[in-house]
Amino acid sequence: MAREASAEEGRAKTLLEIRGLRATAGGKEILKGIDLTVRAGEVHAIMGPNGSGKSTLAHVLAGREAFQVTGGQVIYEGRDLLAMPPEERAREGIFLAFQYPVEIPGVSNMYLLKAALNAVRKHRGLPELDAIDFLALVKEKMKLVEMDDALLNRSVNEGFSGGEKKRNEIFQMAVLGPRLAILDETDSGLDIDALKTVAKGVNSLRGPERAMIVITHYQRLLNYIVPGTVHVLHNGRIVRTGGKELALELEAKGYAGVEESVRGSRQAAPPR
Amino acid sequence: MPAIFEDRKPYLDAFARFAKEQPGNGRAWTGLLRKEGIERFEQLGFPTQKDEAWRCTSVAPLTRIPFALAEGGRTEGLTADVLERLTFEPWECSHLVFVNGRHARTLSRVRRSAAGVKVKSLEAALREDRDRIEPVLRRRAATQAPAFAALNTAFLRDGAFVEVPEGTVLEEPVHLLYVSTSEDGPTASHPRTVVLVGDRSRVTIVESYVGIRDDVYFTNAATTIIAGAGAIVDHTKLQRESGEAFHVASLDVEIGRDARFASHSVALGGLLVRNDVAVTLAAEGGDCVLNGLYVTSGRQHVDNHTLIDHAKPHGTSRELYKGVLDEASRGVFDGLIIVRPDAEKSDARQENRNLLISEEALVDSKPTLLINNDDVKCSHAATIGQLDEEALFYLRSRGMGDETARSLLIHAFVSDIVSRVTVSPLRAGLECLLFIRLPKHHPVRA
Repeated sequence: MAREASAEEGRAKTLLEIRGLRATAGGKEILKGIDLTVRAGEVHAIMGPNGSGKSTLAHVLAGREAFQVTGGQVIYEGRDLLAMPPEERAREGIFLAFQYPVEIPGVSNMYLLKAALNAVRKHRGLPELDAIDFLALVKEKMKLVEMDDALLNRSVNEGFSGGEKKRNEIFQMAVLGPRLAILDETDSGLDIDALKTVAKGVNSLRGPERAMIVITHYQRLLNYIVPGTVHVLHNGRIVRTGGKELALELEAKGYAGVEESVRGSRQAAPPR
Repeated sequence: MPAIFEDRKPYLDAFARFAKEQPGNGRAWTGLLRKEGIERFEQLGFPTQKDEAWRCTSVAPLTRIPFALAEGGRTEGLTADVLERLTFEPWECSHLVFVNGRHARTLSRVRRSAAGVKVKSLEAALREDRDRIEPVLRRRAATQAPAFAALNTAFLRDGAFVEVPEGTVLEEPVHLLYVSTSEDGPTASHPRTVVLVGDRSRVTIVESYVGIRDDVYFTNAATTIIAGAGAIVDHTKLQRESGEAFHVASLDVEIGRDARFASHSVALGGLLVRNDVAVTLAAEGGDCVLNGLYVTSGRQHVDNHTLIDHAKPHGTSRELYKGVLDEASRGVFDGLIIVRPDAEKSDARQENRNLLISEEALVDSKPTLLINNDDVKCSHAATIGQLDEEALFYLRSRGMGDETARSLLIHAFVSDIVSRVTVSPLRAGLECLLFIRLPKHHPVRA
């Protein structure tokens, strides 16, 4: 790819590049300079203790206006991501699986999916799916996460169990087929069986064109969704980056142990 | 003699002329009733904000306009296609049409129904059904009537009368369509609706109040429904008066033993609107459902007062009123539930939910329980809020545009009220109306 640096020749194309990202919420700085590069086909895990800024990063990438970006840049497929409203980011292929999926009484799951899918298709210059094709797609994707048919006609997430909500997120992701999926603590509140099902759904969506950022507090999820790269987020910065074995080290030593080992030799961005 | 205040005078003068023109010239039973009404009104005058029941609503704008008594009859604006829309064609049911409170025979269509069922103008019923009507009109002593009800009685002349004899199921709804226009200047009409439902009978009543132009007029309506033992009554009121209109209406309901009454009150129009709904669970085991929706914008003021009186044991009531308020409009909800001392095992739930779309919109919500028995289950709740920012972000994060997402959430907010409207052509019509009426454009919040 001509426009990419020569060092990257032969590697997959860069999907997302975060440089020095800073963000605040309610006047308090939460992200203090994040650098991260994600290429097509890659799965990155971001781990970190509570309050380290994991969810903030996810929401800033998806365009949540409650957070103010105070510095840095995010380039997504060569474009300035931060200049796009959330809906445009979604239409351009970014999908955030929420840690706490929102309940929306009075809007059926089916309606939301159809509206969302057609918004994405329209943006890509594709015609709207007719009812039959849409239903076929929905049925196919529901199988991936073993979701109950009955949930389709219910209001979005209303009265869903924790597991059903998380399945619904991955199901939506499967229907929308994003290029960059951000999974924000998808494992929280799931028992081991539900976790396996959700992970199976996620793994089936992995592919050379698609990248994922998997945010989690615990190493457990990464046994099922195995990342290529693991980053440790601490106090608004990525303090360590490594292979999947880093997650195991974290599990063994705890976050405090890892922080100890990085003190004094703060690691910067992943290799460019 | 109480002093005659300026604001009462046009009504007293109009009454003097009106009473003379009525059959029997004041000596008939109806004449005596009207006289009691005007006397009561003369004594009370219009309510002021010092009256607790009118604390949040000033009728001063109404009293400043000299409304002439509407003579009705002008139907030129009611073309066939306008009427078709107002009757939600193809809605197969009886439609009684009124223009400025007067029955318009040529525009009405009464379908054949079961033996003994009466669907007619009140004017005819006053002549033909005195034995049925008079006790209803005298249910509440004239000396107890509030001002607007007294005024309605004073100008008693026309409206609708529906009677379903006992053990009769009316499958088709009865639609009472009250259309108003102003004449040479602002006019007032005082339609009265009386619905009598026999024991173990079933009926669905729909009252529409509609303005067909942006006229200034005043509708002062009063409706009484009496449901016998085991009766099932479904009542919908669709208020879409002109944006300049004044609409004051009472709905008085008495439900008998094990009877079920459901009300759906939808307020979309009017400049100044006041609804008083009072339901008495007069015998054991009564069941009452009150659903309400008000959608306001501009400088509209819509006030809903409801009273559910659990007079006897084992009564159930469920009330949910929702409001969507935009621009500089104002809403008032005042809901009172009374549980009488011997009404044990009463089960009452009351909710009022409001969605404020603009910064200037305002709502006063006052849910009240007055419980005089320990063995009851009662609850109430009220909320006033804005669109849920998290839900908005969730929808946008799925690719939905900001305006679309806001509009969807507003529709979702009212959807449970709409879905409870049982008459399907009406529900479909209401969905269309809401599509037009609910706020679409919103300033982007910082």
